[in-house]
Amino acid sequence: MHASRHSGIGALCSRAVAVIAFLLFSAAALAHKPSDSYLSLTAQGSEVRGQWDIALRDLDYAIGLDADDDGAITWDELRAREADLAAYALARLRISADGKPCALRSNALLVDRHSDGAYAVMRFSGACGEDIRKLSVDYRLFFDLDPQHRGLTSITTGGTTRTAIFSPERATQQFDVGAETPLRQLLAFVKEGVGHIWVGVDHLLFLLALLLPAMFERTAGGWKPVARVREALWSVFKIVTSFTVAHSITLSLAALQVVSLPSRWVETAIAASVLLAALNNLYPVVRRRLWLVAFIFGLIHGFGFASVLLDMGLPRNALVLSLFGFNLGVELGQLVVVAFYFAIAYVLRVTRLYGRVVLSGGSALIALIAAVWMLERGLDLKLFPF
Amino acid sequence: MRNRTSRSVLTIVIALMAGGSLAPHSRAAPFVPQTGTEVLERLRDRPLDASARELRQLRAELARDPQNLALATRMARRYIEEGRTQGDPRYLGYAQAALRPWWALPQPPTPVLVLRATIRQSNHEFDAALEDLARVLKAAPNSGQAWLTRATVLQVRGEYAEAARSCEQLSRLAPEFVTATCLAGVASMTGQAETSYRLLVRTLQSMPSASPAEKVWIETALAEIAVRLGRQDAAESHFKQAFKSSTPDPYLKGAYADFLLDAGRPAEVVRLLAADARVDGLLLRLALAEQALGASELPARVANLQARFDAARARGDRVHMREEARFYSELRKQPAEALRLAQANWLVQKEPADARVLLEAALAASDRAAAQPVLDWMRENKVEDAALARLAQRLQQS
Repeated sequence: MHASRHSGIGALCSRAVAVIAFLLFSAAALAHKPSDSYLSLTAQGSEVRGQWDIALRDLDYAIGLDADDDGAITWDELRAREADLAAYALARLRISADGKPCALRSNALLVDRHSDGAYAVMRFSGACGEDIRKLSVDYRLFFDLDPQHRGLTSITTGGTTRTAIFSPERATQQFDVGAETPLRQLLAFVKEGVGHIWVGVDHLLFLLALLLPAMFERTAGGWKPVARVREALWSVFKIVTSFTVAHSITLSLAALQVVSLPSRWVETAIAASVLLAALNNLYPVVRRRLWLVAFIFGLIHGFGFASVLLDMGLPRNALVLSLFGFNLGVELGQLVVVAFYFAIAYVLRVTRLYGRVVLSGGSALIALIAAVWMLERGLDLKLFPF
Repeated sequence: MRNRTSRSVLTIVIALMAGGSLAPHSRAAPFVPQTGTEVLERLRDRPLDASARELRQLRAELARDPQNLALATRMARRYIEEGRTQGDPRYLGYAQAALRPWWALPQPPTPVLVLRATIRQSNHEFDAALEDLARVLKAAPNSGQAWLTRATVLQVRGEYAEAARSCEQLSRLAPEFVTATCLAGVASMTGQAETSYRLLVRTLQSMPSASPAEKVWIETALAEIAVRLGRQDAAESHFKQAFKSSTPDPYLKGAYADFLLDAGRPAEVVRLLAADARVDGLLLRLALAEQALGASELPARVANLQARFDAARARGDRVHMREEARFYSELRKQPAEALRLAQANWLVQKEPADARVLLEAALAASDRAAAQPVLDWMRENKVEDAALARLAQRLQQS
């Protein structure tokens, strides 16, 4: 009412200001990344498991995370809202199998960094009653607040992965899920285990540091190459087996969520174990019972393996199977490396080069790399430019 | 013999160790933060200001009364402005949500149509935006906002004659400087850059009490015309004036960063954009400056940009093609991919920056034929642009 009494220039000018704000905007195509969430679902047997990465920025707009309103979201502020977050998100994701709804529940809250900032990572699972054949996903997260939000989804069943994009126009989508045999399930986890030991160079370096001196025995006159294959094999066997037994124990404890440790602490401790094992070759403290060292530090490495397994999400109906499969994969991958090492080292053990260059130089190099890792992980730095 | 074997073993061991420094970092995994006080995300870099408080208050009011058209359009307009000043497309989505009760109606109210057109053109849905504007102008031919938005969309698409006609409509609906800036924008692309520049300078002189927003608008337009005319000093001083007038928005920062990059002043770009890495287009310029300086942050920046472009592709976005083409052309040095993107982008928008990335990609890929549409566009419209002219000349010689 008030505005209509003003006419002429005044009204025109106020309109012009609004006009200007829009014109500059029109020309600007300098956007941020828009709002996306990343949802990965795995259907296995009668169970569906998921990991859902949701931007903290979006969650704050929806349910308010910044309790002290200082513009910064801390881990305390986030985890204080864990229950609300799970309730909010899971109320906007309906999954049903062959027409029957799956009861979803959140299992864990973590954090991850994506290219545009920090995301809450919610792991959840749900029982669907019978073996899943057709999965229907109804995704509504944030569509009421931001219709341009998208749910970028991957759905994995029996080793094949499909992707889908959820939008307000395509909020419900169906996916065919072939029945999956336990054997294929097992093999998938074995594959993951092998894959992990191959990229988990920290575990391999630890093992290598322990195995390097296994070709020698300590005698009164210093290091002496072992005489026979059997002796060498026996000492390698003891080390590898104790490492395996130890990390299997902690892997199981962590995977079953009996024990959970902060990732950075575990990663740093793993780097420290590599460093200590390598230093022990240069300045021996533990000389005879290296298998004991392998066992004690193996306990720490198990937590490292578990983080990978947890990242994949564990099927509740096949917990033992997946644990067994993953462990088997790790052992197989490990065995290949050990066999390779053993063949070469056994031949070379009598050369002077092995004692001096491989044993000392190799240990020194391993120690150096491990020291850098320790610094990086402990202080959260990035020293290697990769 | 023995020695050689042991040397190769040593090589394997060393290679294994060198590989070790790569692998553990390449797996990014969710984590449990170390301490409760660890800051995971910063939502804003300034303390909560009056405008942010106003947004919150409006949002609360609208939540209580979502069918209130006046309130909803005010909210949507404020969100669109916020999206412009922050460069965050989330606000466009919020604006759309505010207009939800009318958004999908067969006949939305005129103010909603104007806002819907603005949001659609920001998402590069130019056809849909023009359709909305045509409906607005049929019902309300005196909507200055609609004429101005229409002129902008048409200019971005390279339809200059039609854009100029829209600008002319403004002369009876808006203050003179709006018409002048609108017309100068179009005319400067069609052989009258010099005249347009002088017209705008005079316009600005005639309005000593211009608001900061008005000054930024006109000074930015002047700076861009000066850049195209190859007048470095004039451009610099217009940019400086624009920066002085108000808190610079991402568009102005991006334009000035491009100017500095072309002038070989990357260190200033790093200082200018250090705090703007969240905006994709500004992160791109920051990375280009760091590339010029040989900075150690570059690989991480490039990886970050790649991840954002990949994410945009995953969601099916086509809004970033200009920046993505530039990314592949200047940072990744992949001319074939850059050219493919630049060509696809040229079909959607035709501003000097779009022309430039296509010419550069065509040069790098030694594909003169691919540059032809841009060369034709330059000739037909008598485009004056120093950088484009240099590129065109290099293409003729190649």
